[in-house]
Parts: sequence; structure tokens; C-alpha cells
Amino acid sequence: MQLKAGSGICENFHYVSNLIESGTIMTSDGDHSHDHTHASELSDVQVRVRSLETVLSEKGYIDPAALDAIVEGYETRIGPHNGAKVVARAWSDPAFRVALLEDATAAVNDMGNVSPVGSHLIAIENTPAQHHMVVCTLCSCYPWEVLGLPPTWYKSAPYRSRAVIEPRKVLSEFGVTLSEKTEIRVWDSTAETRFMVVPMRPAGTEGWNEVKLAALVTRNSMVGTGLALKPEDVA
Amino acid sequence: MTNSIHDMGGMHGFGPVEEEENEPVFHTAWESRVYAMNRAMGPLRLWTIDEGRAAQEALPPSVYVSASYYQRWLLGLERRIQERGIAGADELEAGRSLRSGERPNRIFTPADAEELTRGSFERDAPAPPRFSAGDHVRTLNINPQTHTRLPRYARDKVGKIEAIRGCHVYPDSVANGAGEDPQWLYTVVFPGQVLWGEDSDQSVKISIEAFEPYLIKE
Repeated sequence: MQLKAGSGICENFHYVSNLIESGTIMTSDGDHSHDHTHASELSDVQVRVRSLETVLSEKGYIDPAALDAIVEGYETRIGPHNGAKVVARAWSDPAFRVALLEDATAAVNDMGNVSPVGSHLIAIENTPAQHHMVVCTLCSCYPWEVLGLPPTWYKSAPYRSRAVIEPRKVLSEFGVTLSEKTEIRVWDSTAETRFMVVPMRPAGTEGWNEVKLAALVTRNSMVGTGLALKPEDVA
Repeated sequence: MTNSIHDMGGMHGFGPVEEEENEPVFHTAWESRVYAMNRAMGPLRLWTIDEGRAAQEALPPSVYVSASYYQRWLLGLERRIQERGIAGADELEAGRSLRSGERPNRIFTPADAEELTRGSFERDAPAPPRFSAGDHVRTLNINPQTHTRLPRYARDKVGKIEAIRGCHVYPDSVANGAGEDPQWLYTVVFPGQVLWGEDSDQSVKISIEAFEPYLIKE
């Protein structure tokens, strides 16, 4: 894109340089903890966000109460606890498992006890022969409805760059060591399809109900950078 | 913008993946407001999701890598607001509206937030799919100046169609304001060695979601 004076874009870059000079823009995605240490009052970024919200609200484009409701939704209703219920059901109910692998959007919406899912969710199942792992190398595509918003590492340059070229090493940094015979399949989310991994059910959980099983299903196990917890992990 | 810094697959030098223990959904209040503003503006259909991505991809590479995730969302939103004439730089600077303008007919309400589901990007197909599961295909060697979802690491490579995912809005078209131009979408799988060379891990396979215009029959 060409930079043109008066297009608003130069002003935007001016803003960006201010952010960098003031230390508001950090050197890595994971460095949030230093966000506000430099500023005595409001940091530049806080001021900018407040300005944007005020302007959009005054112009009638947003309702701040709707923003509150969106934030509350992701801080309470929508999160990996939904995906964990889906996995626990798939472990417990063979017909549901088949339906989930066939059309995850429809299967999850039929459950009734998880928040609804739009288009186009795909569930992929780990087996002893094949381990699945999901990444978005181009941005941050993630199945928000079943897993909530992605953690910082998922959106970070290290994960986005390395997951496709050295997934086994990345897995080892997450503490996951697989047999060399296990095929690792990396799914790059380059379109509007969204992927969730169904991890393998741990041994020693025979007869467990879905609530107890769901407590074993971590967020990372549904992205493929973790395994489900073992019974002794939650004992 | 295509061959830009956002296309990170296979790059070296970014260091280890660092996981934060007990990470909160949002680290600061401003992050949550930036996210929510983006979500609330989306349904107004002032731009498409791909135009939103393209706006971030057009950031200078040094800014893209040094900004945090939600800072990029903020920069992208500020840019689109200005490009669409919704607000001027002077108004963002002033922190208040300085001019009256056209107001949207309907906005995102608290009630809308009760069901935060994704919209569908599937569309009626103008023609049957050209490929079937099991077909071998080669991705094109393309380097457009405009938005694409074919990552650099998977260009001019032979893979296999694993599944047909339906007919979807074509990002390469809609991000340029050229209409949805729906295209068939496929999951295409590549052996790691095809992408990364003979010395790479033989037990790895990588798939991309590829739109039909990216593919030719091998």
C-alpha cells in the first residue's frame, strides 16, 4: 500500500512512532506485564483506545454497553470449558463422536449445554498413530466459540513461525513427547474453517461421567500442544 | 500485501514459544475494549474480515513484529475508520467527534452479545468442484501485491486433496473490494519433506486450507 499524505495512514504511522518512542509498543507479544509501567497516568495506548471508543460512540457506531456485554461473554460463558464438554461427550457417546467428526458445528449445536457455534467447525481426533496440532501462520484464526480467545503464545511469532517447520520441537517445549512413530499432522488455519483437536482419552478413566472427564481436557490438548490430563493429575 | 511479515510459517529466529501460566482472557482493560470494538463493528458490514486482515498486513514489518496483538488490532481499526471516512485523524487525536456524519441504521446491541457466533462464509457454488479427495495438486507460484491466503511456504508444492470444505468467500477477491467471488475450498496435505526438504522430519505432514484458484492438477 502506498503512503499518501492526507489519507489518514501517515497520521496513523505518526501515532505508531509515538507508541514506539514512548515504550508503549513492546518488543514481544508476550511482554504485556510492562504495558503500563512507564506511564505516570494513562499510557498512550489507553488514551488512544478511549478516544476511539468515545468517537465511535458519539458518532453512533458502537454502544459501550454492547462492548461490556462482549467482554463479559468471553470472560465468563465462552471459553475452553465448552470445548472440554464437547470432548467429554465424544469420549462417552460413540454416536456423538461420529457426528462430531462428521460435522462439528451441527453436533456441538445439538448438545444444548454449550454456547452456540457458527460456521465452520471441524473436529479432528488424535490416535496413537496420528497427533494433530493447529496453528494459524498468517494471523490468529482459532475456534473462539469452543475454546474462547487464543492465548498469547498461539498468536506469537515463535509459534506461528515454528509450528509448521519443527512441530516436534515445539511440542517438546510444551512438555509433549510423542513416539517417533506417531505422525504429526499440523493444520494451518488459512481459511474460515476452524479446527479443534479431540485428544485421546487417558487410561484409567473407565466409568467416569462427562463432568469428571471434562476436567481432564485442557485448552492446549484441544489445540494439540498438550495431552489430556491423567487421572492422577487431578486427584 | 502478501509477501509481508505476517506470513510467518517456517521463519527462523523468533525464539522459544513461551507459555504464560494462568493467562487471563485480557491482560488489560484496553485490550478488552479493542477486541470488543472490533467485534461490534464487524456486523455493520463496513468492511469484510479479509479487509480487516489486509489492514494489519499492511503495517510496516517493524511495527507488525514489535506491536502486541491487540495493538495491531487497534492500529488496523483506526486505519479502517479513517479510510472509510467514519472519523478523521483529528477526531481520534481530539478524543471526540468534531463533525456530524451519517449514522448506521442498526448497531451491535447488548442483546446481540448474548450469542457471539461466527457468520458463515459459505456461499452457493457457481460450478462443481474441479478436484476430488485423493487428487494430487500443485499450488501456484504466485506473489501478488494484494491479499492472499496462500502462504509462501506452500507455493509451487505438490500435495494431496484430503477433503472438500464447501464453497467459500474468496479472500483474494473480497479483500480488494472485488466482490465475494465464491470458490471451492480444500484441505490440501503436504509431506514435511515436500515443504522443508529431504532432511526434515519424515513423520510430519502439514495441511493448508486452499482455495481452488490456488491449485492446478498435478
